Amino acid sequence: MTEQAGPGGYSVRPPGETLLSARGVVQEFVVRERGGVKAGIVHAVSGVSFDIMAGETLGIVGETGSGKSTLARALLQAPRPKAGSVTFRGVDLTKLRGRKLLQARRHMQFVFQDPFGSLDPKWQVRSIVEEPLIAYHEGTRDARRKRVAEMLDLVGLDPARFGKRYPRELSGGQAQRVAIARAVALNPSLIICDEAVSSLDVLIQAQVLNLFEKLRGELGLSYLFIAHDLALVKQVSDRVAVMYLGKLCEVGNGEAVYRQPLHPYTRALLDSIPSTEPGAGRATATIKGEPPSPVNPPSGCRFRTRCPLAAERCATEEPLPREMAPGHLVACHFPLMPGDVASTTTPAATSGARRS
Amino acid sequence: MSDTLLDTGTLLKVAGLRVAFALGGRQIHAVNGVSYSVAQRQTLAIIGESGSGKTVSCRALLGLLPSTATVAGSAQFRGTELIGLSDAQLRKHRGTDIAMVFQDPARSLNPTMRVGAQITEAIRTHRQLSKAEAREQAIELLRLVRMPAAERRFHEYPHQLSGGMRQRVMIAIALACRPRLLIADEATTALDVTTQAQIMELLLDLQDQLGMSLIMISHDLGLAASYADEVIVMYGGKVVEQAPSAKLFGVGGAVRMRYTRALLDAIPHLERPAHTLLPVVGGRPPDLSALPEGCSFAPRCAHARDDCRQAEPELAEHVPGHRWACWHPCENGAAPHD
Repeated sequence: MTEQAGPGGYSVRPPGETLLSARGVVQEFVVRERGGVKAGIVHAVSGVSFDIMAGETLGIVGETGSGKSTLARALLQAPRPKAGSVTFRGVDLTKLRGRKLLQARRHMQFVFQDPFGSLDPKWQVRSIVEEPLIAYHEGTRDARRKRVAEMLDLVGLDPARFGKRYPRELSGGQAQRVAIARAVALNPSLIICDEAVSSLDVLIQAQVLNLFEKLRGELGLSYLFIAHDLALVKQVSDRVAVMYLGKLCEVGNGEAVYRQPLHPYTRALLDSIPSTEPGAGRATATIKGEPPSPVNPPSGCRFRTRCPLAAERCATEEPLPREMAPGHLVACHFPLMPGDVASTTTPAATSGARRS
Repeated sequence: MSDTLLDTGTLLKVAGLRVAFALGGRQIHAVNGVSYSVAQRQTLAIIGESGSGKTVSCRALLGLLPSTATVAGSAQFRGTELIGLSDAQLRKHRGTDIAMVFQDPARSLNPTMRVGAQITEAIRTHRQLSKAEAREQAIELLRLVRMPAAERRFHEYPHQLSGGMRQRVMIAIALACRPRLLIADEATTALDVTTQAQIMELLLDLQDQLGMSLIMISHDLGLAASYADEVIVMYGGKVVEQAPSAKLFGVGGAVRMRYTRALLDAIPHLERPAHTLLPVVGGRPPDLSALPEGCSFAPRCAHARDDCRQAEPELAEHVPGHRWACWHPCENGAAPHD
């Protein structure tokens, strides 16, 4: 693939120390028809580059099939990406194998969407949290037990009450806390959250989001926070990256991306969010149709088939990321201008006022 | 029947609806006295978290509950009492009067049947039509729900469709007999926001076109604010607040019940700066087999006082059109808690 971001790409560096640096990450899967005949290639992630700074939270927002989860797994080398590099704490993970990879990866932990799916139903909570410590031969049995109790305390679960429970005896929020306790047990520097709060009810979700904030402060964690909900991502992130069909189309400070989206897709996402803000007006479907198949992504700009501003050039030439304002990048030939995006949320900007 | 006479009237009137499930010797009180009405062409949103009784209360109307459920109270659809009807009698109302669309279109569709066959089946169950006529109607319905390439999709299986397209098929099936009331149970929850906006616009357009009423069941207050005329908030199987959407979310509008406020504050908001802590409510939803005395939200409410734990607040109309059940409601026009 040649879609590697141009020199500079999305790599404009915010100040501070780079914790993780992804360059031109490509992940593809072969789809086969019955009988094993190759039917095509799913271009799940096509040349994605970004940095995560120490102590920073980078949010990635994207819809189903945008490749955001595949990207997260490619960072973890599970499975290894087809091309590109993933430099984590100064080491390129794509070059490591076996034990060395395992060691490099201990500082990068994952929290998934479905806590019950990621906790072994036959294990007690304390064993679940202890497992990574055993896997990495950390401390003596007593030291590990002590660490488990500390971790459970940290995530707001009383070790005496919850240590001996099984996952089925937990609520969704409690189970997600256990998954978080397990993730932080090895004292990682980066936690990748893949839709980590999406299956929780609003009030429980708020508790878990606050827990992530608390851990960020207390443990100096960085997060890669992946979700389909832009409001959620913006809430927890310093910078937000918008992903569409395997590529990043916009990256910037969360506030800037929201106040002044540059990519038409970001704008469409913002318009689609139903809001409870007074005067927000009705959410509108500004883009029609469904995303195209990643097996046959459109030429040029991948969003062009649904873009209201698409022109001929968008089909022939792939837009490379450009920095339109400090730290705010967009991959679009015709980025929205400040005037175009005056306000996505004032009533005047939304066609069709609320019914009734 | 003459529709014009009833056009502005009440379509559905639910009063004191209760549902309990027998579970291992315990009684789970899922719905505890719910009353509301739906007018012709109105969109009502029923909002609540998991276990608040929003789905159970709607399924009870159509007799779609397991046999362990006991249903009491009244639900009159155009004057006909639905509660207590036999399954055979209810079948006459399902689909033709009231139809339902569920959250997971992948699981509601038969994976081994072509989409077209599933729609024609729904049509022919209710109407005496030849296969060819039903087929024509089915394609017509697919066009009505704006299915791209309707004729081609007719011959496809559910797995060949995207989530949004499957939900369009479910809506087509629900509309097969032109119901007067469509209940959409978290119908857009599994969809992406851009697809959700498309499906909601489709539903509201169809509602106008067909003169239907719509009940949206959702956990998303934003959806209610954006698309509903009237909003009901449920907690612990009870309605705790009810008002026109504009009275709750519009300019100058205000949420009064403490639980609704908490729900609203807990939603991540684009307007809020990053890393701000969300106002958190501790605890868990009430145990439906042992509801507390007094207000069921009191154990989690920061504003609860002794009276809240002693007596249950009535759901009363404190301001014209705005009902809430709270002893110490939020001040009108109070700035949202930030």
